[in-house]
Amino acid sequence: MTHMTATLPETLEKAATVEFRGLRREFGTTVALDGLDLTVRPGEFLALLGPSGCGKTTALRMLAGFEHPDSGAVLVDGEDVTHVPAHRRDAGMVFQSYSLFPHLNAVDNVAFGLRMRKVRTAQRRARAAELLELVGLGDKGERYPHQLSGGQQQRIALARALALRPRVLLLDEPLSALDAKVRLTLREEIRRLQQELGITTLFVTHDQEEALSVADRVAVMRAGRLEQCAEPAELYGRPATAFVAEFVGTMSRIPGELTDGTVQVLGQRLPADGEVPDGAVDVLVRPEAVRVHPDEQGSARLVATAFLGAVVRATVRLADGTEVKADLPAHEATGLGAGTAVGVSLPERPVLVSERIQK
Amino acid sequence: MARRLTLWRWIVLGLAALYFLVPLGASVIFTVDVPGQGVTFDAYTKILSTDGFLTSLLLSLELAVATIAVVLLLMVPAMVALRLGAPRLRPVVEVVCSLPLVVPPIAFVAGIATVLKWGPEYLSRTPLFETFVVIQDDSFPVVLVLAYVVMALPFVYRALDAGLRAIDVRTLVEAARSCGASWPQALVRAVLPNLRGALLNAAFLTLALVLGEFTVASLLGFRPFAVWIYDVGGSQAQMSVAVSVLSLLVTWALLLALAGAGGRNRTASSRG
Repeated sequence: MTHMTATLPETLEKAATVEFRGLRREFGTTVALDGLDLTVRPGEFLALLGPSGCGKTTALRMLAGFEHPDSGAVLVDGEDVTHVPAHRRDAGMVFQSYSLFPHLNAVDNVAFGLRMRKVRTAQRRARAAELLELVGLGDKGERYPHQLSGGQQQRIALARALALRPRVLLLDEPLSALDAKVRLTLREEIRRLQQELGITTLFVTHDQEEALSVADRVAVMRAGRLEQCAEPAELYGRPATAFVAEFVGTMSRIPGELTDGTVQVLGQRLPADGEVPDGAVDVLVRPEAVRVHPDEQGSARLVATAFLGAVVRATVRLADGTEVKADLPAHEATGLGAGTAVGVSLPERPVLVSERIQK
Repeated sequence: MARRLTLWRWIVLGLAALYFLVPLGASVIFTVDVPGQGVTFDAYTKILSTDGFLTSLLLSLELAVATIAVVLLLMVPAMVALRLGAPRLRPVVEVVCSLPLVVPPIAFVAGIATVLKWGPEYLSRTPLFETFVVIQDDSFPVVLVLAYVVMALPFVYRALDAGLRAIDVRTLVEAARSCGASWPQALVRAVLPNLRGALLNAAFLTLALVLGEFTVASLLGFRPFAVWIYDVGGSQAQMSVAVSVLSLLVTWALLLALAGAGGRNRTASSRG
């Protein structure tokens, strides 16, 4: 759509480290954060991912200074900022809902922070124009928020957040109010901008695809705690816990028997990952790891197929009633209709096991 | 069917117009048509020269300005804080602010009069005695401002509440704060400009209230505009009606000015 060619090299000099240390916060009886420890490296794009109510937004707001922890500390570059008020935090923030000031046009919105810092009019207008150029809206400076689309408003909010050259950029689900296409282009632009500026960025989202596609590392949270913080590929390929495995991507559970570090599943014996006592377990498998082939003697039945473009996602019911999702290349799926008898197998690789969930 | 409906609408409109316009027209005719002299505007020209007109009108306007300033300084920070900090207290504040509608002015002024009588006797040896004297100063009775602030609470509360509902106060304040604005700056630079319509509404309702208030001022023995109209009416019937018509026109002019300002606001926000 638009290309951001302008650069602001002066922002590069001071990428900050952010540390959360044992953050704890309760709202009445609900525990929003239950001892969160997390370190964000300088210049890193870190996504905080989790279901709603997992505390990811609370953590972000604590870094912004809008919430205060019951215990624990927030450190920026090793300096404790837990008790620094929000307007002295040096953190730019983009909000979920449209947060532009309705009474100001785009230029004045971007220049708002500079006005608070008493920068001279000519100087701040020049800086604002430069930032609008950076987000690809150089020609929309005189427009008011109500004259701009949702995507344009979020770009201006991004420019406003960057105006004061903050040490940290905070993004609180900035794309969730936008439609699918705008969301895609804007997230790529945010990523490119972040890399150009090299600014430490925290990005809160509940959309795992969004998190995996833009972030350097993804921190998965659950019930106020960190489940796993890893690079997207590792998170997807080697999830540390069953929760991460099922939250990130699609995962099927197949019953198996664990003995001495190997698991008996679908008539195969495979090495097992995961700290679970021997006995009845569930084997966690991704759809692309499950192989399905037509087999007249097979005890499994194809229940449904969904065409996803390059692949067909098949739902297979095993003899014991368990449903498993499998991705087949589209050409292999022709001729496989609902009710076909099929055989199911797994590749000879270690599999993730977790405790059996009773249904 | 549709035609009959339109007909009914015109009939209702006509009846309502008669109800409002006949007394108004009668008032105007009464002031300009003097028996035996034909049409004359003497009643209106005499207003300016009549003793007490200018002082009482100025007093009323001064009281109005002071009341608006006090009630807005009191209510705007309170309601913003309420929205951000303690949304659960809102029903309580709403009830408290609506109380003046329930208590009749006559009971209200009786209470004030009692306190004003009791206070100086009881406090005669303390500096507070002076306070009681000062707030009853005839040239600018502060006690009336205090009373009017209470009486304006229900209107101001409702006007501001409607305005605050229309904007996302929390996000605006937080956006301003993350841009380096302190609390007062966030309030003045980010919230107040977006409450312009609500502030104008609140100011106008308060102005109308103060200009027309009679009971409290009269019973406490002060002489703002409404009391002056009543006093003049006793001796010069024609002129008191002329003054009423004039004050009605002034009030209308203010209302139209406000509607103009508010109207611009509405069209601006509806485009989004």
